[in-house]
Amino acid sequence: MNQHLSSRKVRGRVATWFGLAIGLTLAIAGCSGEDGPVVRVYSGRHYDLEQAFDQFTEETGIEVEFLTGTDAELRERIEAEGDETAADVYMTVDAGNLATADAQGLFTPLDSDVLDAAVPASLRGPEGSWYGLTIRARTIVYNPERVATDEVPTTYEELADPAWEGRLCLRNSSNIYTQSLVASLLAHHGEEEATRIVAGWTANAEIMEKDSLILASIAAGECDAGITNHYYLARELEEDADFPVELTWAHQDGRGVHVNVSGGGVTKYAAHPEEAQQLLEWLATDGQSLFVDGNHEYPVNPEAKPVALIAENFGESFVMDELDASIFGGLNADAVRLMDEVGYR
Amino acid sequence: MSEMAEALQAEDAVKRFGSVTALDGVSLDLGSDELLALVGPSGCGKSTLLRAIAGLVSLDGGRLTLNGTVVDDGQRRLPPEHRRVGLVFQEHSLFPHLTVSKNIVFGIRDESRGEAKRRVDEALELVELSGYGDRFPHELSGGERQRVSLARALAPRPALLLLDEPFASLDPNLRVQLRGDVVAALRATKTPAVFVTHEQTEALAVGDRVAVMRAGKIEQLASPEEIFHRPTNRFVAAFMGEAAFLPIEAGTTTLGAVDMSHRRSATIAMVRPDDVLFTPAAVDSGHHGDFSDDEIVASEFRGATWYYTVKLSDGNQVYAVGSHLDPHEVGDRGRLEMMPGHRLIAVADETQA
Amino acid sequence: MNSAAVADRGEGKARLGLGDRLSLIGWPVAAWLAALAVVAPVAFLSTSLLDPNTEVWAHQWNTRLPGQLYQTAVLLAGVSIGTLIIGCSLAWLTGAYRFPGSRLLGWMLVAPLAMPSYVLGFLTLSVFGFPGPIQTRWRAMFGQDAWFPDVRSLGAAIVVFTVVLYPYVYLLARAALRDQAGSSYEVARSLGAGPVEAAVRVVLPLLRPAIAAGTAVVMMETLTDFGTVQYFSVDTVSVGVFRIWRGTFDRDAASEFATLVLAFALLVIGLERILRGRARFGQAAGEAAGIEPRQLTGAKAVAATLTCVSVLVLAFAGPAIQLLVWALQEAADPKRASLTERYFGFLQNSLILASVTAAVCVSTALVVVNARRFGSRRSTGVATRLTAVGYAVPGPVVAIGVILALVALDRVLESLGLGLPGTVATGSFLALAYAYVVRLLAPGINAVEAGLDQVHPDMTATARSLGRRPLDIAGRIHLPLSRTSVITATVLVAIDALKELPIVLLLRPFGFDTLSVWTYNLASESLFKQAALPALTIVVVALIPVALLSRQISQPSGVASPRQSAARSG
Repeated sequence: MNQHLSSRKVRGRVATWFGLAIGLTLAIAGCSGEDGPVVRVYSGRHYDLEQAFDQFTEETGIEVEFLTGTDAELRERIEAEGDETAADVYMTVDAGNLATADAQGLFTPLDSDVLDAAVPASLRGPEGSWYGLTIRARTIVYNPERVATDEVPTTYEELADPAWEGRLCLRNSSNIYTQSLVASLLAHHGEEEATRIVAGWTANAEIMEKDSLILASIAAGECDAGITNHYYLARELEEDADFPVELTWAHQDGRGVHVNVSGGGVTKYAAHPEEAQQLLEWLATDGQSLFVDGNHEYPVNPEAKPVALIAENFGESFVMDELDASIFGGLNADAVRLMDEVGYR
Repeated sequence: MSEMAEALQAEDAVKRFGSVTALDGVSLDLGSDELLALVGPSGCGKSTLLRAIAGLVSLDGGRLTLNGTVVDDGQRRLPPEHRRVGLVFQEHSLFPHLTVSKNIVFGIRDESRGEAKRRVDEALELVELSGYGDRFPHELSGGERQRVSLARALAPRPALLLLDEPFASLDPNLRVQLRGDVVAALRATKTPAVFVTHEQTEALAVGDRVAVMRAGKIEQLASPEEIFHRPTNRFVAAFMGEAAFLPIEAGTTTLGAVDMSHRRSATIAMVRPDDVLFTPAAVDSGHHGDFSDDEIVASEFRGATWYYTVKLSDGNQVYAVGSHLDPHEVGDRGRLEMMPGHRLIAVADETQA
Repeated sequence: MNSAAVADRGEGKARLGLGDRLSLIGWPVAAWLAALAVVAPVAFLSTSLLDPNTEVWAHQWNTRLPGQLYQTAVLLAGVSIGTLIIGCSLAWLTGAYRFPGSRLLGWMLVAPLAMPSYVLGFLTLSVFGFPGPIQTRWRAMFGQDAWFPDVRSLGAAIVVFTVVLYPYVYLLARAALRDQAGSSYEVARSLGAGPVEAAVRVVLPLLRPAIAAGTAVVMMETLTDFGTVQYFSVDTVSVGVFRIWRGTFDRDAASEFATLVLAFALLVIGLERILRGRARFGQAAGEAAGIEPRQLTGAKAVAATLTCVSVLVLAFAGPAIQLLVWALQEAADPKRASLTERYFGFLQNSLILASVTAAVCVSTALVVVNARRFGSRRSTGVATRLTAVGYAVPGPVVAIGVILALVALDRVLESLGLGLPGTVATGSFLALAYAYVVRLLAPGINAVEAGLDQVHPDMTATARSLGRRPLDIAGRIHLPLSRTSVITATVLVAIDALKELPIVLLLRPFGFDTLSVWTYNLASESLFKQAALPALTIVVVALIPVALLSRQISQPSGVASPRQSAARSG
């Protein structure tokens, strides 16, 4: 009997554990029960989302639940989930993934006068499928101690010149910002010329994994110039006003500096499409500053002013390359192949 | 089917491992309180047979019946836990994390606590280890561990007990004693058992009957006396004890007439060392002529006896034992004769077949 | 428990009750279910293989693929050699000798296991990179152009992976050393071999299966990494998969490419089989004997202590202190207060996820491994091997596969009128835990299997002949006797789950952010200082199971544990 009892005890213990695990699972799975209006966001962007969303909730009473991740994987998740997706809004930090999502038919086209008025045409998808919400300029940065004033590059193309050999730090080709920039070169110059330029960069540059590393390397003197998104420099300046790197807007006498957007759209199978549209509209208007300022980005809405730090250091406005974001977004894959071919790491 | 259920019945059992046939049509049966010794060289299939009986391997053909119930028909097999077949292995068998009592009680189920305890005490008493219940296996000697193994195997009152070389890892003296105790315990509980060993003396000492296996087949199944004294063939004869073989010509050999009653067509006769007597020439006063034809070519001291290799006049060699009181030396010549009352036994020479 | 059926005389056939039948078929069926669960997500992704995109392959072959193959091979070779040397020599040093601090160091040396490689990656770059404090000081001393080893290099990546992953080899070698090498070493010494010769010629071959297993884990972890290598500008096959996926948005081509990673993994598994050979060095329970440690004195003792301490500082203490400094700096910054409020939520989520994953993985491992013993060895053996597939595929690939598999399952259930409520199929804790199990079942099974190998099949046979059902035997004989390995399995899986990033990033439900997600969010924006607090927390939390594991190491012998526990309870 003794044996029998203890074996029952063992089984009991196992059962308890399993029960506990399953109970826990269900508890967590079920905790997204909703009370009031809600909108759910899959976001590839993860800077200070809470502040903006909290403010939105306060103003509208709509709760925002969000999930951060990487653009591409979240897009795959939405596609794989199909009509079961929990996402009402898909948000990214570049136009490429927005364009791809659009091509995959993951968005519902919006008919919103508010958004159409707030977001310039070049920064949104065709037929209102997606809208840019913040502007991030990818431009040239340099160490003023090592680059003479008359030598400061004014175009991306210039950096392919042998004069810059061994003096450049550039971001790796796995990065979406690099891909977008090269895609814009493809759009402007065609394949042959773009290949020549990127090959020139490859010959000149040290390739790095992070924009912040590029800036640190330029500051430390490992290289003299590079290409980064503007807000990384802003972040350094916020920490250290004397950070020894300066920014110059590329192509101010021509087509303008390459800009990418962080933006979003309402998903095709959104369970809360109205709330989703309301969120995008708010982010593009009343919420602009709160949404873009924390990360020192430029607002898409011309009505909104950029945060003081970048306005003072980089200027309130600059000539922007008006190449349609969906065009360079669509050329992204070609850009990657081009970089593969010239051996750009 | 026999009218009274046998404890075990194997019919044409076949088991293959890849291209190796481990059991090649084995048939045997075991009475309800019989002790069968299963003996053979290593690799002969005896352990496989044991494992098939226990249900640890399944047959590829043939049939196994336990107490009238078919437990394996080559297609379906009753798992070991449902066979009521006890197992005692050479080692690795006691659960090291359980005390002796808990080891034994492991196999006793569906009994009240009091009854289980009574059965444990009874089992321990049977193997003369009363009072050892709270010890752990690592606190026991090798012999004690095997006794506990036996007690544990017997405690659930198995319908059949299988012992796989249970004493192989023990030293010889302990082994003989333990062997006696095990047989006594099996008899006391009237448990039928199959006892696997590769040692012929152990097989002869333990078994009511002995089965000699080779290459997946049973060569002979008979009483120990018959196995030893009337082996069916050369292999059994040589495996079960020291033996020499002499060619038979017209019903006789150099050492005399052969008992051909069992095997009329046999071509060789078996001579065991105790069947013959060597008489050296010097002592042999009554004979003349060829008295010095046989010669001792090797000798070995075995304590109680001397063991000689004798070369006969026709060139054949025969083994002989002699008293330690009267040792001979290599090179001694003399005459080898059958002991009075002993007879040459005809055996089949399967090596010539 | 109807064993009476057998005893009934006069019946032609034995009859089994339904329960008995289930208990028999149950084992292999359960093992195959586990295998199926692991294989399904990977199989869903592999369907694209049926129609390979030759254009992508040709393009890759003409551009980056040769370099990726080369770098992958060099990285794997370098890291395995590195971990072998460090892991084995430390195991030998702490196992065979006594010196000041040897006991403490013996278990502390497992600590680097708690450090996620992506954390050490960004730490290394920040500290040793060109703009970092070390090189800055270096240039101040020796001039602007003073030579310094290239930190963004294959070599540096090898060092980082070696330092983070050597504990796998160390742990397994150390356990094997404790359990079995003793007598052989003594014999070798008595035959005139010096300590080093005896170690290399006798002990090392004896430990081969353990070392092979450890190295295989190391190689898998290295192979499927795609984040840490990029810090060092190393372009591996896994990086290639993500470049295709994220850069050209071509999932099919990416999953085709992922089969290359799988091919490398198969190579690793094959290599492990060869290395392990046909050796089965399990010793009879109750007779295990470890090496009796020798006392070192004088300079030798100091050297031994210093060796261990320097590895520990390099691999663990240094990075941990750097994290602590950053975390404190951040904590002092009033601007950052808001995030720390959610800190305990992250911590709790990490803990829940790690414990559930470990519990499910280890219970599944116990079923699969026991099935191999109770069922037909060949078929369940295949099932066991199949469960390793998830470990051989990068995390995000597993994650997408899991979504596809669950959605398909959901559709099937729906068509049967059994639809799951809402989005239970995807984006639920269930899906997340499932993906974790798919990915981490293999290390769990390996460890549990190693433990059960120590229980001789005869013991199982005896237990069955005593009339006990397999489930009873698994619980009452196998589990207690392989306790150490089961704990090891639990801990290894839990640590891996704590550190795991790509799956949780992609599959977690709303609001279910973990420490690793938090670390990632910050580190991906180069906010390393802010990432220090969650990273440090991962390290500290992972240290708890590591310490638990280490207690197992410091126990004198594997068989001692049941004895001791019995003595305690008795």
